[in-house]
Amino acid sequence: MTRDMAFFEFLLRMGDNTLVLGHRVSEWCGHAPVLEEDIALANTALDLIGQTQMWLGLAGEVEGQGRSADDLAMLRDAWDFRNVLLAEQPNGDFGQTMMRQYLFDQAHVLLLEKLAGSSDERVAAIAAKSVKEVAYHVERSRDTVIGLGDGTSESHRRMQAALDLLWPYAGEMFTDDEVSGIMAGEGIAPEPSSLRAAWDAAVQQTMSEATLVIPDSDFAHAGGKTGFRHTEHLGHMLTQMQWLQRAYPGARW
Amino acid sequence: MSSPNSAYPDTPEQAMKPKRHEWPLWEVFIRGQHGMSHRHVGSLHAPDADMAVKNARDVYTRRNEGVSIWVVEARHIAASSPSEKGPLYEPSESKVYRHPTFFDIPEEVGAM
Repeated sequence: MTRDMAFFEFLLRMGDNTLVLGHRVSEWCGHAPVLEEDIALANTALDLIGQTQMWLGLAGEVEGQGRSADDLAMLRDAWDFRNVLLAEQPNGDFGQTMMRQYLFDQAHVLLLEKLAGSSDERVAAIAAKSVKEVAYHVERSRDTVIGLGDGTSESHRRMQAALDLLWPYAGEMFTDDEVSGIMAGEGIAPEPSSLRAAWDAAVQQTMSEATLVIPDSDFAHAGGKTGFRHTEHLGHMLTQMQWLQRAYPGARW
Repeated sequence: MSSPNSAYPDTPEQAMKPKRHEWPLWEVFIRGQHGMSHRHVGSLHAPDADMAVKNARDVYTRRNEGVSIWVVEARHIAASSPSEKGPLYEPSESKVYRHPTFFDIPEEVGAM
């Protein structure tokens, strides 16, 4: 694998994570339990979509085939997506959404902090801009996980169920492979495994405050960021997200 | 009055009568980019002060409106009563001499 091929794959991983999770979060718009959460979730979704434009924009540039961020977002099928499986999992109830958000945000902020010092100036610039947004995301999702986990018996039960359900999807964020090896060698991005200890420490602290028990298992689903096998949920999501561009190719505002 | 726990609909407080559970109401004050003082911009619901600040950030500063947020639970605000308008405010209407418009302000004082 050449450096540029690996770089393109890496940028797709970054941009597809924010695109898919951003779309998922946007599904709450108009449906959240209270108005304040509705607006907060919409803000988070918009932050993530904004980051997607930067990551996929750079991906198209690196690929050099003339594809724009929009082309990459709207005209690829499920097997070409490189997001982690966690991002595409359905919203479930509000607690499940916030648990997914926290597990992702906590890894996201650690990664972006490192990427701000990337050897590639464009990556460093995108990360520096994104990390301020994501620092707020993780603060908010962490507080909500703690508030609901350490809340009532009903909210506690739902948050524990969410953690049990999503835990096997967390490990994929920290697996290394050929792509990450080349990125680390070039000084563009750290090996994902190097972030695991800090993530574990932060998540343990949060779950302990939330009175939630982390499942005693290291089993991790894989196949999202390599594109080997996404869960069935991604395809369903894309039929909604991409419908307009598929039905009316080239349609613009 | 509502307590933080009433934020959670299934928290048993009184077994007897069902009551409407809501997060307490908070009044939000924002200091703008160039403003010297915080101004009241609206209100919102939140379970505690910390979340009220976060909600205020999300609801009232999305368009770069502010650099500082204050929140205060609405029940802590003491307000004058509209029915006392007469005694409270009308007496000052006839006292124009209280406006500092009868002095010449020296140039060197500058803007006041």
